[in-house]
Parts: sequence; C-alpha cells; structure tokens
Amino acid sequence: MADEVLQLTKKDFESDQEVRWCPGCGDYAILSAMQAAMPAMNIPREKVVFVSGIGCSSRFPYYMNTYGMHSIHGRAPAVATGIATAAPDLSVWVITGDGDGLSIGGNHLIHALRRNVNLKIILFNNQIYGLTKGQYSPTSELGKVTKSTPFGSLDQPFNPIALALGSEATFVARSIDVDRKHLTEVLHAAAVHKGSAFVEIYQNCNIFNDGAFEDLTSRDKKMQNQIRLQHGEPVRFGENNEKGVRMTGNAQLEIVDVDESNESSLLVHDMHREDPALAFMLAHIARGPHEPTPIGIFRSVERTVYGDAMTAQIGAAREKLGEGDMAKLLASGDTWTVN
Amino acid sequence: MSKETISLDRVVIRFAGDSGDGMQLTGDRFTNVSAILGNDLSTLPDFPAEIRAPAGSLAGVSGFQIHFSSEDILTPGDQPNVLVAMNPAALKTNLKDLQTGGFLIVNEDAFTERNLEKAGYDKNPLEDGSLDGYQLIKVKMTQMTVDATKGIEGVTKKDSERAKNMFALGLLSWMYTRPVDPTTEWIQKRFAKAPPIMEANLAAFKAGHAFGETAELFASHYEVKPAVLKKGTYRNITGNTALAWGLIAAADRASLPLYYASYPITPASDVLHELSKHKNFGVATLQAEDEIAAACMAVGAAFAGQLAVTATAGPGIDLKSETLGLAVILELPMIICDVQRGGPSTGLPTKIEQSDLLAAMYNRHGEAPMPIVAAQSPSDCFAAAIEAARIAIKYRTPVFLLSDSFLANSAEPWRIPNVKDLPVIENTFATEPNKDGEFWPYLRDENLARPWAVPGTPGLEHRIGGLEKQDGTGNVSYDPANHEYMTRVRAAKVAKIAEDIDPLHVDEQGGEELLVVGWGSTWGSIQAAVRRVRAQGHKVAHAHLRHLNPMPKNTGEVLKRFSRVLVPELNNGQLVRMLRAEYLVDAKSYTKIQGQPFLAAELETEILKRL
Repeated sequence: MADEVLQLTKKDFESDQEVRWCPGCGDYAILSAMQAAMPAMNIPREKVVFVSGIGCSSRFPYYMNTYGMHSIHGRAPAVATGIATAAPDLSVWVITGDGDGLSIGGNHLIHALRRNVNLKIILFNNQIYGLTKGQYSPTSELGKVTKSTPFGSLDQPFNPIALALGSEATFVARSIDVDRKHLTEVLHAAAVHKGSAFVEIYQNCNIFNDGAFEDLTSRDKKMQNQIRLQHGEPVRFGENNEKGVRMTGNAQLEIVDVDESNESSLLVHDMHREDPALAFMLAHIARGPHEPTPIGIFRSVERTVYGDAMTAQIGAAREKLGEGDMAKLLASGDTWTVN
Repeated sequence: MSKETISLDRVVIRFAGDSGDGMQLTGDRFTNVSAILGNDLSTLPDFPAEIRAPAGSLAGVSGFQIHFSSEDILTPGDQPNVLVAMNPAALKTNLKDLQTGGFLIVNEDAFTERNLEKAGYDKNPLEDGSLDGYQLIKVKMTQMTVDATKGIEGVTKKDSERAKNMFALGLLSWMYTRPVDPTTEWIQKRFAKAPPIMEANLAAFKAGHAFGETAELFASHYEVKPAVLKKGTYRNITGNTALAWGLIAAADRASLPLYYASYPITPASDVLHELSKHKNFGVATLQAEDEIAAACMAVGAAFAGQLAVTATAGPGIDLKSETLGLAVILELPMIICDVQRGGPSTGLPTKIEQSDLLAAMYNRHGEAPMPIVAAQSPSDCFAAAIEAARIAIKYRTPVFLLSDSFLANSAEPWRIPNVKDLPVIENTFATEPNKDGEFWPYLRDENLARPWAVPGTPGLEHRIGGLEKQDGTGNVSYDPANHEYMTRVRAAKVAKIAEDIDPLHVDEQGGEELLVVGWGSTWGSIQAAVRRVRAQGHKVAHAHLRHLNPMPKNTGEVLKRFSRVLVPELNNGQLVRMLRAEYLVDAKSYTKIQGQPFLAAELETEILKRL
C-alpha cells in the first residue's frame, strides 16, 4: 500500500467493458463491492492484478480497470503464483468459483494456500456450474437434482472453509454477496493480510440455483442463521443474540440457548489462534447454508510469505556466493587450455 | 620395470554393472580425467528407469560408454573396444556390442552361482570357452578391494565391497595412462565428510592402478594423445548443464531475471537442480505442484516481465499443452524445454527418442503455432537456449526448445565462449500509451509482435486472456472476421521468424545426389556416417535443422537441389512428414526406435544403400 493517500474513487476501478452476467446475478454485487472497496485499500491501480480461471465469475478481471488476466480453467492460482513471486510488490487477486477453484483447479488452490503466496483468493460459491448451464458442482448438496444428476447427486460436497484450513491457509473468511457492508470489511481484511487470503463468498445464481442461500439472506431467516464471527467476542447469534456456541465436555461444538448460567461458557472467537482446530470445528458447525452458519474471518495468522522467502533466498545466495558472474560460471570446475 | 606404452588414436570403453555398482560415477570420473588430458570425447550413459532394480538382475544393469580420441569425434562410439563387466548380468546384456578381440575385463568375484543363475547362465561363461573370441581378463576386484581396505578404521565389509568401482577405475586409469591426481583429489573432496569411506575409496583406486602395473595379465598399457582442438579453454559439459547455463546466459544478455518453474521429471530434472544452485544470478526456481502449474507459473512470471521458462519431458508435454495454447493467444515470451524421452505414456523414461517433434508442432487444440528450436549436441544446448530466448522475447511468443535424453546426460568437451561474444538480446518494455493517449496491448510492431507492458507500469493497465482478442485493443471479440484475422496474424508472426534465422547450411563438396537431412541429437551420428562414406570415395551431403518451425527460408530450395533426400530420425518418421507436406519432396525416411542413438555404422550402411 502506498504511503500517501491516493485520491482514487470507485469509478477509477471500473473498466470500459460492458458487464455481461445474467441480470440479477450475485456477481454484480460482488463486482460493485470490490470496485468500491479498492480506493480505501490505497493501492496504486497499476500495482493491482486480477487473475481468473474459467467460469461466470472468471470474467471479473475484464471489468476491473487494473492489470488482469483471464487464464484457463482452474489454473488461476498457479498463474497468479507466477506473478506474485516474480513481482512481490503487486497486489494480486484471484477470482474463482466452486467449479474452477475446487474441482478442476483444486490442486493449485491447496498448494497456493500452503505456500502462503501473497494472493487474495476470492471464491464465488454458487453451488452450481453456471457457464456450462447447470450441472452440479463440488459444493452442491448430496442429492442435488441437476441436468447431469437427474436422479440426484451422489457426491459429498466440499466445505471450502474447512478445505482452506486443512491446506494451512493463513487467512480464511466467508461472506455473502448481498451483504455489502460485511463483504467490504472482509475484502479489506483480506487485502491487508500478508500472504494467502482465502475468501468464500456465497453467491446466488438466479438462473440455475436460485435461492441457494436464502436461509442466510432472507429478511425473516437471516438473523437466526447467520453466526457473525467477531474476533475477541463470544460466538452469539439470533434475533436478540439469544443463541450461542460452546464447547461440550467431549470436545464438540454445540449451539445453546444463552442464559445467565451458561453465558460465560460460550466460545470466544480468536481468529489469531495458531491451532486451526477450533476454526475447523466452526466451519463444520453447519452442514450447509440452511442452518446456523458462521460468516466472517475464521482464521488470520502470520507466516512467512512465499514470494518474500524466494527474494530473501536469492539475496542470501548473492551474499554467500557473490553476485553471479557468467564468465566465472562457465570456467568453473575442471578446465584445460589448448594453445 | 615399467611396462611398454602403445599409442592409440581412439578407444571406446563401456563400464557395465549393477545399478548400485556406481558405474555412472566411474564413467563420469574417467570422462573428466580424459577431458583434462585433452582428448576429444563423447559419452553415453545408459541406465534403467528403476533406481535399484533387484541386484544382479538383467533389468538392473547400468552402463556408461565413453569414446575418447586424439582426433575430432562426433559420437559415443558404435562398438566398445573394452567392456568392463562387474557381474554376469552386465556381461550378458553388453557382450553382444563388444568388438571381437576386444578387452573383456570382468569382476570374477561376482560370478557366483546365484548371480549366474539370475543372469540366465547355465554354465559359467568365464570357464566354458564361450569368451575365447575376446581378450578375457578375470580380476578378483571385490576381494582385492576388501584386502586393500583392510585395517582402515571405521570401514565395514560392505563399505569395502562398495569401493570396487574405484578399483575398476584405478585399473582402467592405468591401462589408458590417465592422470591419477585429479581422481585422488576428487575422492578426497567427495568423501571429505566421511574420512573412513574416503580412505577406502582411495585405497581401492590405488590398488586397481597398482594391480595394472604389476599383474602379469597386462603386457602393456595404452595412451591416447590429446586431440588437436581449436585454441581456447575447454571444459566438459552435459546437455542439461549447458541448457541451464544457456538460460542463465540468455537472461543475462537480455537483462531480465530468469524465472524457472518445473515439476520433477526424468530426464529434465537436472536442469532444475542446476539452476537452483545459481540463485546468485537472480534466478528464481520453483518446484511446482504439477506440470500444469509449472507452465502456468511461467505464464504468470512472463506477464510480470521476466524471462520465464518451464521444462519437462514425456507426459509432461501433454499436461502443459493447454497452458501453451494460452501463452500463444496471450503472445507472451516464454520458453518450454522438452528433454525428449521414449513414449507414449511413461514409455522409456531414461532412453532417447526424438518423438515429440510433431507434438511441439501440433499438440495444442485450435490453430496455435509455436517456434521450435532444437539442440544438436550436448554443448550446443547452451547456444540453442540463447536462440530460443531471443525468438521468444523479440516475437513475444512461447518457444519450444527441444533436447533429448541423450543430449541431457552425455558429455563432450566444450570450448568456453567469451561472454562478451554472446549475442545481446534486445528488449523494450512498454512504458507509455501507444494509441491516441490509450494503451492498446495488441498493437503490433514491424515483426507483428505486441508490446510487453508489465504490471506496475502506471497508465498501461490492461486485461489479457484466453478469449479471442480484438486486434489492437485486445478486448474480447467474437467477431468472425477478427478471429480469422487474428489466427492468420499469429501464424504470420511465427512464419516471419524465417527471415531472422540463419539459412540452412549444407555440408557438401559438390556433385552430390543424396542429401541427408537431420535435426537434433542425431547430428553427431549422421556427420560421422557421412565422413565414413566420403572416406570411401562417395559423395553425400548433410544438412541439419536447428529451427524446425519456421524452417529456414532456403529449406525448400536446398531439398530440391538433390535428387534424393534421406531423413534419419529416432522416431517413426516425423520430420520427414513435415518436409514432404511443406515442400512436396519425395524424402525417404530411415528410423530407429530402440531408445538408443544411431550407430554411425547403421547410418553408413543406409547411406551406402541410397547412393
């Protein structure tokens, strides 16, 4: 981020390309939130790179007036790793979806996370394949009826948050497309995090999977189903904060009705906790977005950033071996001279 | 009394033993001292894909052949004059190649009943007279090594026995009058951290040397005088090392950082190992999670303005294809090195084949032309890497650099170039808007290359991607006419490189009717065969293609000057198809697909047939 305050506005981040998602798609809200969140991050526009794979969400870079690359299916984390390690001063964002990031590109996602490459990976999870017109995805629920599963899906879905935690990710968060304020806060926190930040955004596909997250977004249900994680605060939710999460005697999380007798036993959220086990348990407290589900930052810890480590290793090699000298290299080892 | 020394022009030795017998190391050491002595040389390591196949088995035999000479030589030699067989399996698999009357030096101790049985011998060949056609020298190498290392503190019997390869090296060093000091120093350095092992290896080496000097078995020893080479400082170099150094040199000459991402795969891994040692040149190396990621990381680094390289072999090429298509449409500079090996699928991972030429040419969906550069000898990998980088950077395109398993592992003397004489690679990054105050990422220069605008450059923010691009603006375009235009312009850009490369040189003396056309690592074998045929008073011409796409502008004219064209290849006929398709010439194919290089004699016979 720049030292001085840059006078940037949302408009500076809007490209001249016509946005071509289906009317009503959740992607519009995310794009708008991103463009609006960027000025506050205070990063010069030329230092920002958006990289995507293939899928509806992956058109995103064309609409951001920054550097960008729309790459190939599933490979955005690998392409972005190349960019971020070659030029560690850039702010590199990966835009992916549940099919792109978790199915065809699952391998690159987990390896980028474990390396802690300085990438902000934003996964739009709509639990469906949209661009190919409605097949089930790795996050679709068991039994899901789609074009490719007329008798119901047999696949156990991934829990993206748990997968990221299992991949040793240093920053893991979840937000919702329609919650502009929450989404903006999470994107900002991801931007300032040093290393890989993984953000899952529940995104509504109004054509092929409309209402998938309605239990978390509708006016009448959202308060009882959104568990908003706040660092340093007890984990509570409900219309009047009447519900809470606590640890049972046999090391499981349970949801309880809060009263004076159990208030002090509620779990206090600590996103900086080194051990990811509690975050993992929180990720699994909901079996799907139809019941009380945590949103917010699950984990935010510090670890060496991969690109910095690569740069440091080159520096250390120069220190130890001296600046590379081509002539010396070519003449190294056993040589002989013919006169 | 010192024994008589006989002078020879050239010798071919093959060391053969179990995978665990250290034959590659022995061969490598013999090679280095021969190089220091000033011999011209060429080597052929030949080892199984299994790291340790069952001991004593035929499958586990590892060999290393060295051809050294006082004259200019081109190949590792057709027929060994000397075979060192460390066990019955090594004898069984290698004897057929040994010259009749040649030296056959065997480790007698390894010819046990059990080992003989494993190698499929009913009777001991050392005793049944079946080896009477050779100068059989039976040496109790294991026993003598154990005896020589007796009393060295901290050395187990197993350590002693393992040092027998140094006994063999000592013996051969005596036989061919190789200097002793460089090997002694090398042993001291290599085993510096384990003094007892160092002592054992030194003792074994000395014992082998002394055995040659004193044993009644050898009437004389031999010398091969230094070759008359051009003035200069020389070193020995393998193709993979030359390739790695060529990449470092290219980055240096282009003033770009080198970024190398790859996934371990035989026989390309040594390039990663070598480059990883030289981070002080600003070289970034990254071992990716898979072949696809390695190629994608290179694309990312190319976008970020570095000399991006990935390397692979065999199945890795298939995996990288989609990413190469992306690099083609992005029009970013990048090099993909293919150290070819036997295929399809896992195929023959450690053996040579030139079977990826058509893959390099066509193995991408859609119309996705890529320039192809091929190295023709181990040391030539250095120059080929610089040439690949020059084309990639100048034309903003991914470039295929073809090597193969023979070039990768073989060594030859290399006259070290003067760094100042290496070509400078010009590169200019875009820094300013280029069209009425805007930046158009697909506005082309006179070479049809587009500007390279690196993230971080203010005012040039732009988006690129795998969707078809509008010419000029680079915006996504589904316009039918634009797609046809862009397809043709990408092809024209690659075709235009023909104006910027050396014409095809023909090695000819006038009046030839037959032209032999090759590419890649067959250069040495073809050239050796051509010389042999000429020595017999016949006429034959040789042309060798460094650029396979585009080919030099005069290629068609050259082919049509000869009434007969022969194309030898280590595949099922790939270049020959390209030549016939492109130039409508009745070129004939001669191929070998055995995981081994051509013997000069095979090509000699074939050329004689076609004269």
